[in-house]
Amino acid sequence: MSIFHPTGNWFRSPTGAERMWIGMALFWCLVMSITMPWWHFQGKQNAPSETYKVEPADFIQRVSQFVEAHQVGEVNNVPIVEPPPGGDAYLLGQMWRWYPVLKLKKDQTYRIHVSSADLQHGLSILPQNINIHVIPGYDYVMTITPTTTGEFSLICNEFCGIGHHMMTGRIIVE
Amino acid sequence: MNTQTAATTDYRVCNTTGLSVFYKAEFFTKANAVLAVIFLLIGAVAAILLALTRWSNVMLLDDIWYYRMLTLHGVNMLVFWIIFLEMGILYFASTTLLNTKLFSKKLAHISLGLMAVGAVVTNYIILAGQADVLLTSYPPLEAHPLFYLGIILFAVGALIVCYNFFATLYIAKKNKTYEGSMPLVTFGAATAAIIAVVALIHGAIALVPTFLWSMGWTEMMDPGIYRLFWWGLGHHSQQVNVAAMVAVWYFIATMSTGAKPLNEAVCRGAFILYILFINLAAAHHLLVDPGLSSEWKIWNTSYAMYLAVLASMIHGYTVPASMEVAMRRKGFNKGIFGWFAKLPWKDPGFSAVALSAIIFGFIGGITGVTLGTEQINIMAHNTLRIPGHFHATVVGGTTLAFMGLCYYLVPLIFQKDFYLKGLARIQPWLFGGGIVIMSLGMSFAGTYGVPRRTYDSDFSGATLETGFDPVAHIMLGVLGIGGVIAFLGLLLFIVLVVAAVFFGPSLKGKKMPTWQSPQEQKMTDDLISKGYEEEGKDYHVKTPGTVVLVIVFLLSFAIYYFANWAALADLWHIR
Ligand code: HEM
Ligand SMILES: [Cu+2]
Ligand SMILES: [Cu+2]
Repeated sequence: MSIFHPTGNWFRSPTGAERMWIGMALFWCLVMSITMPWWHFQGKQNAPSETYKVEPADFIQRVSQFVEAHQVGEVNNVPIVEPPPGGDAYLLGQMWRWYPVLKLKKDQTYRIHVSSADLQHGLSILPQNINIHVIPGYDYVMTITPTTTGEFSLICNEFCGIGHHMMTGRIIVE
Repeated sequence: MNTQTAATTDYRVCNTTGLSVFYKAEFFTKANAVLAVIFLLIGAVAAILLALTRWSNVMLLDDIWYYRMLTLHGVNMLVFWIIFLEMGILYFASTTLLNTKLFSKKLAHISLGLMAVGAVVTNYIILAGQADVLLTSYPPLEAHPLFYLGIILFAVGALIVCYNFFATLYIAKKNKTYEGSMPLVTFGAATAAIIAVVALIHGAIALVPTFLWSMGWTEMMDPGIYRLFWWGLGHHSQQVNVAAMVAVWYFIATMSTGAKPLNEAVCRGAFILYILFINLAAAHHLLVDPGLSSEWKIWNTSYAMYLAVLASMIHGYTVPASMEVAMRRKGFNKGIFGWFAKLPWKDPGFSAVALSAIIFGFIGGITGVTLGTEQINIMAHNTLRIPGHFHATVVGGTTLAFMGLCYYLVPLIFQKDFYLKGLARIQPWLFGGGIVIMSLGMSFAGTYGVPRRTYDSDFSGATLETGFDPVAHIMLGVLGIGGVIAFLGLLLFIVLVVAAVFFGPSLKGKKMPTWQSPQEQKMTDDLISKGYEEEGKDYHVKTPGTVVLVIVFLLSFAIYYFANWAALADLWHIR
């Protein structure tokens, strides 16, 4: 009984169905343990890890330089910026918008630096449903290759104050 | 039982189990349980308001109150309700099950006081509108210092309870109040307590500096490092909840069916795996965070997590298998599932635990491991898939199991009987059913990318407009409906328990009334009274029903897991 104390030598190695199940469960855990590193090398979708420390003020300045250099238009007063294919792009999360709008080319690879000017934010690219966490002080580099075209929404999915549910942005892929 | 070392005025003999119940420890079990239910009620009021706000056609609250209630709900449910009840379990498992007095009554009073004050202070400051930072209080978001202080006081109190628990285990061993090894339920509780200590230490590293910062005395802690340590608290507490829940599964399995652990070595080994292999797995909350290498993330997720997953899969077999053996020994031998139909479904304690095991395994466990995979997390982080997952673990699993426990706690410890037993019988189904519906609504909405912790899913008023597929909105409706049903189930639970504890017929000197037929109860009693006398005799009873159940489980797991990889392969390339 689980509420009484077993006496004597109760150690017994598992046999029968119990042993079989432990074996199956262990095998499944191994399958999962191998799938993850395997995908890391073979798969096309992996969590970004390239990170640099950055002061929010410096990051904001790099974003403005980037906007100045590559702006191609404007939507609702937000600049549209087209980074060179294969090059670096910047995306700033701040209360409460993703700045600026990025214009990318399908099947080209970009290094998008994402950081925050203030609080933590969650970058969510929709309807792709790609999500990463954004922390002030960390320049998180997302190396991304859009494989479909259209207009994609950016929203924030980490609580960042009272305007959190109005924090959006956009990526345009041609 | 054993020869008593304590004076007979210190304890009473339970009329149902024959175990000794020590008055002092009993008081603290009761006090913690009562406080747990009070905070559960506060959390529940917040819960229904949240569900009716996320339901996008209803949007009951305004934005400020949505975030305030979200903070209130998270803190009261995940911290105060769950931990107060766990403290009650520690007092019970260390004294009654080991036949010993509590180590220190004084410490127990101090810890209870600290925890109660901490919980009240935290609730006050949240409702005063000075701590709209959600449960996780990620800096640079800043709350009033009392928010952190309240949680720290509560945590210190919990740490003292753990100390008192270990000291009680020690004096029981020293005074030889029991022979052989400690009972499995106590072993499980000890597992929970050990992990709780590790969790609370991580919590202190995150919250003490943050408190000092909120006082203006020090610099802000690095927000990335804060997340690492906060999740050392947040993740480990979930492992505490799992261990405590499994201990309750074993307890109720014995009490309601007469089941006996098939193989003590296997069950205990699985608990030890929880302790050994959980420690670094806080990684799965940080999989798409900057500042951590892929190697660190993958290693900590698979090495540490999958052996703890193995442990849960082992319990997932041994608990139903032990019940199957008990039922077959009672003669319910028809076919593969004859025993299953004859389980004591009329006992709400049992049905709560059975549903808890099913919801935890099939929904909570499968989604948890899958979403906690480094790459798959890209499609899940901070979407509603996450609350969809954990409402199936800590709510459909732990909370429901604890409700089941209360159906035994009230007659055995409070010595009061329930009113409205017909309603009690459906309560676990109402709550469990509602949670399953809500959890599915959340999960499916989340696959469209609907964010968690967000007042307005349509982001109306934003400069660059956006919005979701109509199906996602239907799923938010499902969330709302499930939430309403679960709320009714939760409210019914509170009504039943409060009515019994404060106004119920006394059971002093009586045996706990059975929920089953007298013959069934007699068979269960017979099995229980045989206890360990026939050690090993039933190990060779076959458990085909359980084997079929676990294989169905494994197949569902594999299908869900690989379906998620397939969905991931459709995304843009990212690294
Ligand atoms: C009637 C039962 C319950 C209902 C209807 C309910 C509903 C909800 C809803 C709608 C949310 C908000 C999701 C979002 O917008 O992000 C939520 C969050 C949450 N719930 Fe529950 N819940 C219930 C019970 C519980 C219980 C018993 C626990 C814990 C033991 C719990 C733990 C949490 C936590 C930790 C959060 C996340 C808070 C945050 O994001 O900071 N819930 N719940
Ligand atoms: Cu936000
Ligand atoms: Cu975790």
